[in-house]
Amino acid sequence: MTLTTLDAPMSPLPYRIRQVTWENRDTFSFALAPAGEGSCERFLPGQFNMLYVYGVGEVPVSISGDPAEGDMIVHTTRYVGNVTKAMSRLRADQMIGVRGPLGNHWPAGEAKGKDLLIVAGGIGLAPLRPLIYEALRRRSDYGKIVLLFGTRSPDDMLFRNELRQWRSRFDMDVQICVDRAHQDWFGHVGVVSSLIPRAGFDPYLTHAFICGPEIMMVNTVEALIKRGVSEEAIFVTMERNMKCGIGLCGHCQLGTAFICKDGPVFRYDEMAPWLTIREM
Amino acid sequence: MYILEREYLAALATLLLGRGYELIGPKLAGGVITYAPLAGIEEMARKIRDAQGPGHYRSSPGEEDVWFSYVPGAASLKPWFNPPKCLVCRMRGSADEFLNETPPVTAPKRAFIGVRACEVAALRMQDKIFLEGPYADPEYRARREGALILAVNCSHPAETCFCASMQTGPKATTGFDLALTEISAKGKPAFLIEKGSDAGGELLGELPVRMATAKDKEAAILVSERAAQQITREINPERAARGLAAGLEHPHWATLESRCMNCANCTLVCPTCFCSTMEDSTSLSGDTAERWRLWDSCFVSEFTYIHGGSIRKSGASRYRQWLGHKFSHWHKQFGASGCVGCGRCIAWCPAGIDITRELAVFEASAPATARETVR
Repeated sequence: MTLTTLDAPMSPLPYRIRQVTWENRDTFSFALAPAGEGSCERFLPGQFNMLYVYGVGEVPVSISGDPAEGDMIVHTTRYVGNVTKAMSRLRADQMIGVRGPLGNHWPAGEAKGKDLLIVAGGIGLAPLRPLIYEALRRRSDYGKIVLLFGTRSPDDMLFRNELRQWRSRFDMDVQICVDRAHQDWFGHVGVVSSLIPRAGFDPYLTHAFICGPEIMMVNTVEALIKRGVSEEAIFVTMERNMKCGIGLCGHCQLGTAFICKDGPVFRYDEMAPWLTIREM
Repeated sequence: MYILEREYLAALATLLLGRGYELIGPKLAGGVITYAPLAGIEEMARKIRDAQGPGHYRSSPGEEDVWFSYVPGAASLKPWFNPPKCLVCRMRGSADEFLNETPPVTAPKRAFIGVRACEVAALRMQDKIFLEGPYADPEYRARREGALILAVNCSHPAETCFCASMQTGPKATTGFDLALTEISAKGKPAFLIEKGSDAGGELLGELPVRMATAKDKEAAILVSERAAQQITREINPERAARGLAAGLEHPHWATLESRCMNCANCTLVCPTCFCSTMEDSTSLSGDTAERWRLWDSCFVSEFTYIHGGSIRKSGASRYRQWLGHKFSHWHKQFGASGCVGCGRCIAWCPAGIDITRELAVFEASAPATARETVR
């Protein structure tokens, strides 16, 4: 956080859109750089920014780029509401307001010396991509690196280039599945949790990082626990309505947690009591 | 401790106004005691009685010669520190090119007189939320920094009060600049004054006070003791927290849903409820865009809206969020119960829901702790 932001923590800083990339029909990435002087704020994998569209509103968006890249900061989102729809109409050279980086991060340090299991559902891959970049940069810190990625259909795939690159590596195992497909899909069809029983990791020496729809995360955790992974080694990232992103507006509460300032990343056992209760 | 004869409270008001403070205190408006700007002590509500109960509030002229023979009405001090609507940021330009031209946050110096112990406790709680977290709220900070708190210890609690059991009143013990207890000293109406800060002490130096005698102090203690004895409602914060933690799926939530109108009155009158939402707007020409913060409530169904719909669709789940947050989750978040026992949510609930009774239902079905079993 810059001092300006700490001083006025709810006031967005003007950034310029350098590049818009459409990942699939409803998901897009923005590469942003500060409009004025100065460089991008450093972030840690798992953190998010509040992105402001002039006159329309502000939403939390995952930072999906490489933490080592200092010139630009990349975000990925899907258009699902008023603000993200307005955002999807913005083009390169237009402006956007940024507050952040906010929230905590994936505890990658804890996974040192262990297998790293990354499980993503759909756009859940966005906040995990920075973690993958970091992990590959420090490849020798980990045992196996396994990415399990599930998406609705082959057309809903995102980060295709990265997935292709990662799949071609000999030091990383990438498994992809889709919920439904046409004849031209030769991969696995099924939910991502169905990949867990066959995935190559040591359940007793693995740290798992999961992001996706809540039901997908609950099913994935169940499959992991069944294989012997302990709840303390499983991390999930949560999504809730956020207005301020800094623990003052009250909207993102889930049980005792403020998703914005206590999360968005949680050790599974911290979230477990709330995830099974309806409308919590 | 000092004694100030009652008639000289006007001198305190004049002193503060003379120093450029806006004086805010209890005032009768539309039949309800509210906190409003005062031009002098003569505008302050005095010798008023209030009758409060579930979904009930009436004020009437008091018969005793006691100035503070009432407790506040619906309005708490909250709007003076966390305003119902405030500007968050202002941008000029367009989506192609804009500048952040948010004006710096400023607030006038304000002195609050007649602040009750529960309000002081609520203010301390708001400090924890808005000042002591990872990020401070600039609006709250500006309003809080220059504020003087002149508390009055309650002598006539309302039927809806339960501060004694929440350990926040009826006597203010900390968090004030001066605290007054209305007593009779040497046969004359007077205030026993306790100094709570250097700023308060400095004010005392300018007033016609004398040192309090042992008898004066005893009289003040008696006022607070009697007030505590008059309080009939109670909540045990630990038991309430346990009852709610064990009762997240209790059938009683459905009963509450059938009574609650989702009007959000309880959260608006609550001196510790702090939730807010944001509203964006542009000028007609489009060259100015503003973002305003407005009070929000967990009783509003859009409160939890994310793509696909609201998380808390049912009234039962929203009632559970309010009560569960205030009496259970708050302990982990801010180190204490979120309730200060002011009773406003009882008096201003149009359905007359009395949380002291409702919490008892959850407590009754919660498993007792080992220690309680032994007892």
